Amino acid sequence: MPTTAPAFSDATASDSALRRFLFGLPGVDAVGLEARAASLGTRSIKTTAKAYAIDLAISMIDLTTLEGADTPGKVRALAAKAVHPDPTDRTTPRTAAVCVYPDMAATAAAALAGSGVKVASVATAFPAGRAALDIKLADVRDAVAAGADEIDMVIDRGAFLSGRFMKVYEEILAVKAECGTARLKVIFETGELSTYDNIRRASWLGMLAGADFIKTSTGKVATNATPANTLLMLEAVRDFRAQTGVQIGVKPAGGIRTTKDAVKFLVLVNETAGEDWLDNHWFRFGASSLLNDLLMQRQKLSTGRYSGPDYVTVD
Amino acid sequence: MASAFEYAPAPESRSVVDIAPSYGLFIDGEFTEAADGKVFKTVSPSTEEVLSEVARAGAADVDRAVKAARKAFEKWSALPGSERAKYLFRIARIIQERSRELAVLETLDNGKPIKETRDADLPLVAAHFFYYAGWADKLDHAGYGSNPRPLGVAGQVIPWNFPLLMLAWKIAPALATGNTVVLKPAETTPLSALFFADICRQAGLPKGVVNILTGYGDAGEALVTHPDVNKVAFTGSTAVGKAIARSVAGTDKKVTLELGGKGANIVFDDAPIDQAVEGIVTGIFFNQGQVCCAGSRLLVQESVQDEVLDALKRRLSTLRLGDPLDKNTDIGAINSAEQLSRITALVETGEAEGAERWSAPCELPSSGYWFAPTLFTNVTQAHTVARDEIFGPVLSVLSFRTPDEAVAKANNSQYGLSAGIWTEKGSRILAVANKLRAGVVWANTFNKFDPTSPFGGYKESGYGREGGRHGLEAYLDV
Repeated sequence: MPTTAPAFSDATASDSALRRFLFGLPGVDAVGLEARAASLGTRSIKTTAKAYAIDLAISMIDLTTLEGADTPGKVRALAAKAVHPDPTDRTTPRTAAVCVYPDMAATAAAALAGSGVKVASVATAFPAGRAALDIKLADVRDAVAAGADEIDMVIDRGAFLSGRFMKVYEEILAVKAECGTARLKVIFETGELSTYDNIRRASWLGMLAGADFIKTSTGKVATNATPANTLLMLEAVRDFRAQTGVQIGVKPAGGIRTTKDAVKFLVLVNETAGEDWLDNHWFRFGASSLLNDLLMQRQKLSTGRYSGPDYVTVD
Repeated sequence: MASAFEYAPAPESRSVVDIAPSYGLFIDGEFTEAADGKVFKTVSPSTEEVLSEVARAGAADVDRAVKAARKAFEKWSALPGSERAKYLFRIARIIQERSRELAVLETLDNGKPIKETRDADLPLVAAHFFYYAGWADKLDHAGYGSNPRPLGVAGQVIPWNFPLLMLAWKIAPALATGNTVVLKPAETTPLSALFFADICRQAGLPKGVVNILTGYGDAGEALVTHPDVNKVAFTGSTAVGKAIARSVAGTDKKVTLELGGKGANIVFDDAPIDQAVEGIVTGIFFNQGQVCCAGSRLLVQESVQDEVLDALKRRLSTLRLGDPLDKNTDIGAINSAEQLSRITALVETGEAEGAERWSAPCELPSSGYWFAPTLFTNVTQAHTVARDEIFGPVLSVLSFRTPDEAVAKANNSQYGLSAGIWTEKGSRILAVANKLRAGVVWANTFNKFDPTSPFGGYKESGYGREGGRHGLEAYLDV
């Protein structure tokens, strides 16, 4: 797997080359981007299309618990839910992964062994990322050793916002090297990057550094995944593949709670990156409460009745 | 193209609208047959299904309607502005309440997607009435001195591309300023104007203030040449606009004409490319390109031409063409067989003159009038498709090297209605906009409309302005 796409090896040759490359990307018109995202949000997804979208969305969830109060019991309950989201209907797809803190990765791995559901672990001093590099790398190492299949790292937003792009780039490279075979999701914390131009630059920076996924946010700040920032990142992976042949995944996280929202994101995927991304290898939802809403809608589609929250499991 | 994520049909229900098998002319507050009893059929362009049979107005009906409007004028113009405003606010609210019904009706009669009638046409129609309702009691402050007077009877002829919206552009300012109107909708889209007549009755508008005459060009001609009409407002083709200008020459009729266009959409190399592509699509494929201010000429800087064209073709391949009532349809039907043959002929000319044609890969329905989104490359200023208004989903792509060349090419047109500028550089937007001879210049967007903004053309795109404070002038004796 190439760490830097050959087509862009010049871009990362030096600090100034990287800066020139990132500032040479086309600008983003905020009004136009948001209008496009809103317009795709008006697609009407009904009946068979809705059933397809609900199952796809369930299969794309990184079922997440990232609380100070997390315990092995909580993580095992979540793992059980990931494997059998709806105990009353075994045709319900499994979620893609369970996402936990590194110290819970071993518990999750044990609970999910043989299920096909991946273990994702946040790392690199999540969510702030304010720690020395060796501590971040140790965090990653621990998670991988504990059985994490996927690592969700945060970038150094302070370095990014002060224009030290090479520092961000090299940190991603170092984390990637530590991941081994684990897939790396790079979290930008789009709410802190604040502008769409920054989100586009961060997307390219992450892709150049070898991210397997680019991810919007930690879920720990005021603004998390939005249709507009996810659309922008989908454009980035689309363009990156067109120019390098390398496909990279996208993961919006935080704030996606309803089936209606999830379906809108899938429409964005379908009409921006295209159907090659309609697979949990290439698109994920970082979410927790979303799953139960999807399950209730799924039950409604199959039975014609809306059963209510007592008919899905609370974890 | 089979896709993994196939959107199931999501049709808006037709049952929200009740179309009668026949309609009369709306004169003096009553629906009535044409004096000579003539009728014509209106069809749904997406299926060729006959929707209804409507009365065809002739010269005698025009005379009757103008007389009714004249009779109503005295009382209507004498009402305090605040009273006229009440009627207009009421009309605006009824339009909002009935917007779903009207959106479905407009989609059926015109062929445009429900997405557009629901999200663009109807909200703008209501907004226009609200906006001019607000002016009715503030005319003293419009900049035309105190107590500016209305003109009298306005004869208004509107096109088929935005039937109800063009009606709103015409009727709202006319009524706010105290005029009465006789309006003729286009022969292919008479229904929403007739529903509007019903709304006038629902709002309790005094008889004769609004008269609707469905019919053909002969009725329009009789209307604009009627000696007792004080004001002529026309939106439509440049050829007819010229004929109207000739026919009213030597009279004291006040005239506004909103005619054709060949809008230049200028994309500089520092543009926000993804949004520019969206803007190009909106510019020329909104309403199947049947828009007078469409961005039908793409002027793209040579240094980004390939990139923009690749992105544009990729985007056009995702457009969903089909049943206009389906909420997921992006491209609906062409309004009439006549318009379709005009588009087809111009596209054939483009090919014959050596321009390179590319059409989006999409299947066209077997009945109705359809044209796939199309673009022409290798186009120069000398090509017919770069000069003539096609009024269809056909984009001509030209390139330029410098801002000066972009301005020169954009202005090198018999028209001057709209233009777009795409660049991230604010100073360039201002510099270029100042040099463009176009009534509307959009920066980093296209086809955005608002009742507060004046709209109108330079050169053969017409004269006078509609919308905004400027739009009042056309209906005032100033």
